[in-house]
Amino acid sequence: MASLNLLVAVSLIYVAFLFAVAFGAERAAMKGRAGWLRSPVVYTLSLSIYCTAWTFYGAVGYAARSGLEYLTIYIGPSIVMIGWVWALRKIVRIGRSQRITSVADLISSRYGKSNLLAVAVTLIAVVGTTPYIALQLQSVTQSVAAFAAADPSIVLPADNRATALWVAAGLAAFTVLFGTRNLDSNERHHGVVMAIALEAVVKLCALLAVGIFTVWGIGGGVGQTLARIDASAQLGQWQMAPGRWSGLIFLSGAALLCLPRMFQVLVVENEDERHLRTASWAFPAYMIAMSLFVMPIAVAGLSMLPEGANPDMFVLTLPLSEGHTGLAVFSFLGGFSSATSMVIVAAIALSTMVSNHIVMPIWLSLSGKGAMVSGDVRHVVIMARRISIIGVLFLGYLYYRLSGGGTALAAIGLISFSGVAQFLPSMLGGIFWRGATRNGAFAGLLLGFAIWLWCLFLPSFGDGVVLPAGVIANGPWGLGWLRPHALFSITGLDPLVHGVLWSVLLNTLAFTGLSIFSFPSPMERLQGAQFVNVYQHSASPRGWTGGTAQSEDLMIMAQRLLGAREAQKLFQSEAARQGVQGYLPDPNADFLQRLERELSGSVGAATAHAMVGQIVGGAAVSVEDLMAVADEAAQIMEYSNQLEAKSDELLRTARQLRDANAKLTQLSVQKDAFLSQISHELRTPMTSIRAFSEILRDAPGLSEPQKHKYANIIHDETVRLTRLLDDLLDLAVLENGQVSLNITRARLGDILDHALAAAGGDPSALKLRRDKPREGLWLQTDTDRLAQVFINLIANARKYCDATTPELRIAVRTGEGSLMVDFIDNGAGIETDQQTLIFEKFARIGDQKAGGAGLGLAICREIMARLEGSITYLPGQGGAAFRVTLPMPAANAAQ
Amino acid sequence: MSPRPGPVFLERRGYRQRRMLDAARVLPMLGLVLLGVPLLWPNGGAEAMPTSHAMIYIFGVWALLALASAVLVSRLSDLAADDPETPKPTGPVSGAEIAPATGPEIGPR
Repeated sequence: MASLNLLVAVSLIYVAFLFAVAFGAERAAMKGRAGWLRSPVVYTLSLSIYCTAWTFYGAVGYAARSGLEYLTIYIGPSIVMIGWVWALRKIVRIGRSQRITSVADLISSRYGKSNLLAVAVTLIAVVGTTPYIALQLQSVTQSVAAFAAADPSIVLPADNRATALWVAAGLAAFTVLFGTRNLDSNERHHGVVMAIALEAVVKLCALLAVGIFTVWGIGGGVGQTLARIDASAQLGQWQMAPGRWSGLIFLSGAALLCLPRMFQVLVVENEDERHLRTASWAFPAYMIAMSLFVMPIAVAGLSMLPEGANPDMFVLTLPLSEGHTGLAVFSFLGGFSSATSMVIVAAIALSTMVSNHIVMPIWLSLSGKGAMVSGDVRHVVIMARRISIIGVLFLGYLYYRLSGGGTALAAIGLISFSGVAQFLPSMLGGIFWRGATRNGAFAGLLLGFAIWLWCLFLPSFGDGVVLPAGVIANGPWGLGWLRPHALFSITGLDPLVHGVLWSVLLNTLAFTGLSIFSFPSPMERLQGAQFVNVYQHSASPRGWTGGTAQSEDLMIMAQRLLGAREAQKLFQSEAARQGVQGYLPDPNADFLQRLERELSGSVGAATAHAMVGQIVGGAAVSVEDLMAVADEAAQIMEYSNQLEAKSDELLRTARQLRDANAKLTQLSVQKDAFLSQISHELRTPMTSIRAFSEILRDAPGLSEPQKHKYANIIHDETVRLTRLLDDLLDLAVLENGQVSLNITRARLGDILDHALAAAGGDPSALKLRRDKPREGLWLQTDTDRLAQVFINLIANARKYCDATTPELRIAVRTGEGSLMVDFIDNGAGIETDQQTLIFEKFARIGDQKAGGAGLGLAICREIMARLEGSITYLPGQGGAAFRVTLPMPAANAAQ
Repeated sequence: MSPRPGPVFLERRGYRQRRMLDAARVLPMLGLVLLGVPLLWPNGGAEAMPTSHAMIYIFGVWALLALASAVLVSRLSDLAADDPETPKPTGPVSGAEIAPATGPEIGPR
């Protein structure tokens, strides 16, 4: 028969083996040979702490009582894990980039590093987890008792609390030893992780062994086992309350994300984000393996064991009753592994939260000296953590003692799940919704926690233990709508589904409602952006506006938290990065962020933030700072826009100036040419006048015809001079605006006829093409001046048209409120670069010998300006083309 | 915090990787639907579902989900799943990418 002594011996050997494994793993990690310790397989196995003793033993009991409903506990986490792309990947990324140490740290960090929120989360986690630890202690004592019952030679002490105490003490020793070896969460707990991975293998193998024994050893194969299940009176048919099926899947899925111990192994101990991918299928596979044989064991236990046997212990008592002591011991080790691994990790997770968010802030404020005192405070942190571990385990033991280890405890598993599920809205809201605020999270957590306490936790002790039976039946003070199992008088729901539904629903409502209507602090907004957009920028948040911080003070503080060597290394590397000699880098914002993040790995984000804040002084970032940054950016943008506009303007001006300069240069050349021309023009007639007048004066005996001839020459030359001077005078008058117009009425055709006649020259030399019908327009203008313009244009055509049969087309058009008369010849036209010059004074094109002083077109332009019209060169007409434009009213008025 | 404009089109490999991630997102929903089917089964009574059938169905669906997840994960390369939301600029758009066979991929989501 089973020997209790054998059991104790095997357990001790197993525990010693676990110590050795943990120690070996720590040693290997210290020597840098931790590669194999950190494989995805180890990661996945460490996740199996989800399966506690409650699932190892309790699942069979659950199945024996409620059929396949036990599967929901495994299906929920499997689905969350299969959907790793949604939430887990993001949480793990955030955890790694922000150095998150616990679920409380995650939530407080997200909502502006609020320590108040961290304290609230920590307290809820402690309240929710303590009963669960008690449950593990109970399972170990129960399994020992089950062995004792099978061995009549041993008489166990009347109460088996001593077992629980010993187990709790042993677990505390293990956790303290391997869970607080180092402070920086960056150096993860290799020993612990390795030990729980090993335990995961043991518990899986143990359950599979019992299952295989049940199906093939005593069940006679798969077919017979299934037939026996169907034949079972209680479990033969599918029976399920739909609300519980879906509600429990949701609850267990939420628990995977929210349970502090799951967060510890999923996020904090995560070495490589890619391990999640392996876990996404390996973890569900582990879950399937853990739950596959539960139903056959339950059915076999119900049919083969005596009436009244505890179904929770079937895993143990079934092999025992068949006389397979070895298998039973193996099964015991499986259950023991489940219990211990859960307690160890839960204690580490809770102690991190308690020491970072409760003990350290209190110690810092009590010590009164702030963060600047010298001396290593690492021992304080580690001591806080050790005391927290012992405290958590003691609380668990106390709870076990007080609750009496009865059946009430069995129901606590799901109630514990629903307690931590209150983190879910703040957590998911925090990582997916930038609008989530601290006030919203706080309100949601408190409301959800209160409802959970009232509807689930307090009634779980049983009628009349904490809540009087009358209160549960009729509500407090007879207020029926406050009945714990029928809030708002809605009855008919399963108590658990009822509690979960109301607590999570109102939690979410309060969280979203208050988030929408409250305004987050700048820090919250920064952190919110960091969390929600973690994939876009895994950079650190902008925090400190350094300057007043003293590097030496920071160094003193860092040494106390990180250890002298680590801190000096950090400072030295930063100084080297900044290009500063020695150990003291400038306390700029980048460095402060880096330092804060290193510290938060030791003491949590909120405490690290507070400590750096004490030294740096003042708020990390204020709205004013943000506004200043925004203003500055806006100003810079404005300035650059202005610069751009200015540079455009400058470009335009420069171009105009260049054009003007080119024009001036050309004009200057023209002017020089004109001056020599005008001197020449003036000189030639002067010379001949002088010469012939001297002949007339000095040469006697000239005949009368000769005298006449010479006098004629002198006269012609004088006329030529006069014309030149007239032109110059005319232009000067026109330019000064001193001209007075002589408005008369005339037909356009008549003016043209007059101009053609006045232009002189040989009428047959220039072929004319006119548009007589259109020339019937009456004009009311200074017709003499207009004729002068026409004469000039016609004379130009005569003079300059170089075609073999010169031709001038005079086209008349009306439209757009003006009259246009085009003079187009069939000559070579005017070069593009000359076109802008021809209307300038003294402008002469090319080196043509055709005389003229180059004033004609300039005069035309001035005349047309006086007549409120214009004269322009019309390019692209196959010859020189000028367009004379007159405003239409002047044309119409005479119609 | 305006998102950086990513490439509008991805080359074939990146496109495939994105779709694998989409499939990984859809998988849990599919699982929820399939595992919600038991809610429709008759509860007790004469035509009740035998427990063995229920077990075969539930474990079958569960195992298929785990298998599908394993296949999906094995087809995700290290490169693509690194930062799916902020695509790294990949090579030039290949003709095959615009072809209707694959359809265009819209850039930042």
